[in-house]
Amino acid sequence: MDEKFEPVMGLEVHIELSTMSKMFCGCASDHFGKPPNTQVCPVCLGMPGSLPFPNLEAVKDVIKLGLSVNSSISRFSKFDRKHYFYPDLPKGYQISQYDLPLCSGGHIILRSGKKINIRRIHIEEDTAKLLHVSNDEESYSLIDFNRSGVALCEMVTEPDFNRVEEVVEFLKEVQLIVRYLGISSADMEKGSMRLEANLSVRRVGEVGLPDYKVELKNINSFRFLDKALRYEIERQIRILKDKEKVIQETRGYDQSKGVTFSQRSKEEEMDYRYFPEPDIPPMVFDDKFISGIVRELPELPYAKRDRYLSDYGLPSNYVEVLVSEPERAAFFEHAVRLDSRYKVGVKTIANLIVNKDFDRKYPSPESFMKKILDLMKKEYASGDLTSKAVREVISENIKAVEDYNKGKGEVVGFLIGQVQKKLRGKGDPALILQQLNNALKVKGKL
Amino acid sequence: MFGSISETQKAILSGDIKCVDVVDHFLQKIDEKKHLNAFLTVTREQAYDAAKKQDKLVSSYGRAVLERLPLLGVVVSYKDLFLTKGVRTTAGSRVLESYIPTYSATIVERSHTSGMIMIGKTNCDAWAHGASGENSDFGPTLNPHNNEFVPGGSSSGSAVSVAAGLSHVSFGTDTGGSVRQPANFCGIYGLKPTYGAVSRYGVVAMASSLDCVGVFSGYLGDCKKVFDVVRGTDGRDATLKNGGFHIGRKPVIGVPDEYFSEDVDPVVLENVMQALEVFKGGGYKVKRVKLPSTKYAISVYYIVQPAEVSSNLARYDGIRFGESREMFGLEAKRRIVLGTFVLSSGYYDEYYKKASKVRTLIINEFDEAFKSVDVLISPVSPSTPFRIGEKSADPLKMYLSDILTVPANIAGIPALSVPFGRYKEFPLGFQLMGPKFSEEILFEVAGDFERMTDYKFIPV
Repeated sequence: MDEKFEPVMGLEVHIELSTMSKMFCGCASDHFGKPPNTQVCPVCLGMPGSLPFPNLEAVKDVIKLGLSVNSSISRFSKFDRKHYFYPDLPKGYQISQYDLPLCSGGHIILRSGKKINIRRIHIEEDTAKLLHVSNDEESYSLIDFNRSGVALCEMVTEPDFNRVEEVVEFLKEVQLIVRYLGISSADMEKGSMRLEANLSVRRVGEVGLPDYKVELKNINSFRFLDKALRYEIERQIRILKDKEKVIQETRGYDQSKGVTFSQRSKEEEMDYRYFPEPDIPPMVFDDKFISGIVRELPELPYAKRDRYLSDYGLPSNYVEVLVSEPERAAFFEHAVRLDSRYKVGVKTIANLIVNKDFDRKYPSPESFMKKILDLMKKEYASGDLTSKAVREVISENIKAVEDYNKGKGEVVGFLIGQVQKKLRGKGDPALILQQLNNALKVKGKL
Repeated sequence: MFGSISETQKAILSGDIKCVDVVDHFLQKIDEKKHLNAFLTVTREQAYDAAKKQDKLVSSYGRAVLERLPLLGVVVSYKDLFLTKGVRTTAGSRVLESYIPTYSATIVERSHTSGMIMIGKTNCDAWAHGASGENSDFGPTLNPHNNEFVPGGSSSGSAVSVAAGLSHVSFGTDTGGSVRQPANFCGIYGLKPTYGAVSRYGVVAMASSLDCVGVFSGYLGDCKKVFDVVRGTDGRDATLKNGGFHIGRKPVIGVPDEYFSEDVDPVVLENVMQALEVFKGGGYKVKRVKLPSTKYAISVYYIVQPAEVSSNLARYDGIRFGESREMFGLEAKRRIVLGTFVLSSGYYDEYYKKASKVRTLIINEFDEAFKSVDVLISPVSPSTPFRIGEKSADPLKMYLSDILTVPANIAGIPALSVPFGRYKEFPLGFQLMGPKFSEEILFEVAGDFERMTDYKFIPV
């Protein structure tokens, strides 16, 4: 009998916060494309005697994210030191959070209605960046400390994913929320959003977690995410079908070969020797502080979707496109506000943004609305021309009118086509229909 | 003329001497007392440069200079744990033998902008691990009162720098008594301020939750002047707070039973009892208090401190800052191993977490005691100075030297080592402890004591 397997997956998502300065010092945190080691100081270089001074904006940003995904915010939180030796970690420890993260719990609901639970969201500092150089003559590694100490937020989910599509949808939603909050560009290609997936496979119908997991690393685009996960799931299923055991380990993804490969066996658990960071006093947040942050929250994508559907009656594929970028949604809403003056209709506005990218061509909502008006004037024949054409079509198509009177409603389509022909396609469909209906009603009574 | 700060400043402003003369004087003393091994680096040129600049200012602005440079002409030395931009900083360890910092500690900057002149960097136990000065990788510092004895530690060179008249004042660090105990062994004042009163930024960290920047001085007023200049928030040390208060009446002195146990040398005890008589004679109310968890303080300290040490020394990986990790001495290795062990998973709860709970207990007991008294009096070191080599082979014995000073670090409260009395050639003294940010009260009580006993500081 052919056994069916399903993956069980949980995620660790790292989001680099776009605060002006780093997590614990005054250095600029935007490091992308900057010359190496130009945004550094004693603190982020781990010089003797340097001390961390926490960036309150970064703490607030993480609380914002927590509030946006239904987490509960810790009223008492602290930083901890996580120890390990690696050349990208100049102090020999990373300042992170262990048992009292800023945010605990939370969830995101997928389109299918499935709830993905979030375990925790905490704040930490990013490490330096290693550049491995290897050629025929020599091989060495370079360290760029521009990234060292940049504020990083880590979201850990429960192992609630059973399909690759769920992972992709969840991540896209997290990315969108983060962008709405304006706390990060969350760009996977630039490394401002990074992902580790914990993945194992079980027989369909089994409940509970398998007794092993594989940690999958270095996935740096949505395209490779999908491929890497599928490859790894297939690999594990093959092993299980052969009645073998999957080794618990950390695996990387090789983009060029499209395969995952073993990086480090995880048989022995790392001991990070966490202890409370003595250089930073614990953080205490009162209700006033939290409610102040709540007031700063923008309308989030899931709320916007609901509103666009219910208030504007837009099709859900339109809503998705409009909401998929905060700038787009803002443009759309601005145009809709202007429509109280222009009266072109929300659907027309949405249509031109979604199908014609008009928001890109006319970057100011005012010019966009004016353009729509111009187009409508140019495209649609005047009311007088339209009613003249309608009258002509009706008198030239006595047969069709009779059919209509006999109850054959479908001839209306034919008649509209005839009117448009006379107007060389420049008629306003709504106006034609309205005039045709009026004329047919009059004819019918005769 | 080169005694107290005010004496020296008076001489400078009256034109009797120049700042350069002050530097001359102390450099000459340093040369004379070279055998004490108090200095690891003497910053001759920097000192003259600074003094010459100040002399120019004095000649153009006269007295008004004091408004900008309140500590004009004050010659200072720093324990070699304080980072000094461009000047080698070793922490007493060969690991940093050739390390030249790219920046200066907050207190170094504040000292210099207030007019203090750096004369050099002082010897200390490597990484501030020790209570005798013998753990320095650059040889022990000698007690100026008897060169066969230790000056106390770990801020050995700083204490000797002041006691032997090699600088007006000196900065040390006090993690478990490293300012108060050497001050006690050398016969000078040693202030360990409230944790969070003085910036630790730019000070090679030993145990971050216990480390305090302290001040040595021969004159009480100098200690206060220096403390006032360096204290307060700096936007770099997140544990800093601004604070301070007066009580507006004669402070009540508490005598904690646990600090007067049979483990303390009777000579030391007897001397503190005499000090207490002076206070009583001066109309001070004296009350007995109980601090029952004092006996656990040293155990708490030797869990929390090595844990933090093991973490703080992780950055000296042998790749940066000069020398290889092979250069770490035995005591540092001992603490790294001990600290790594107590933080290991499976042992954390049993050691570090339990120690943190007892720490809270000790803090609460102090809080309780300070409800009925304003300051506490106690011995500083359980013994008089010991011979070089006497305890160095027995780390546990050495650790117990801190038994009476460690509680103030655990609780984060200020404490002042006050010189008083003698035993043979050695000075004796006592410490005053107060609630957080009560430094003013400690100064007030010690100042009153100085007047009552007509105490005068004489460099050795």
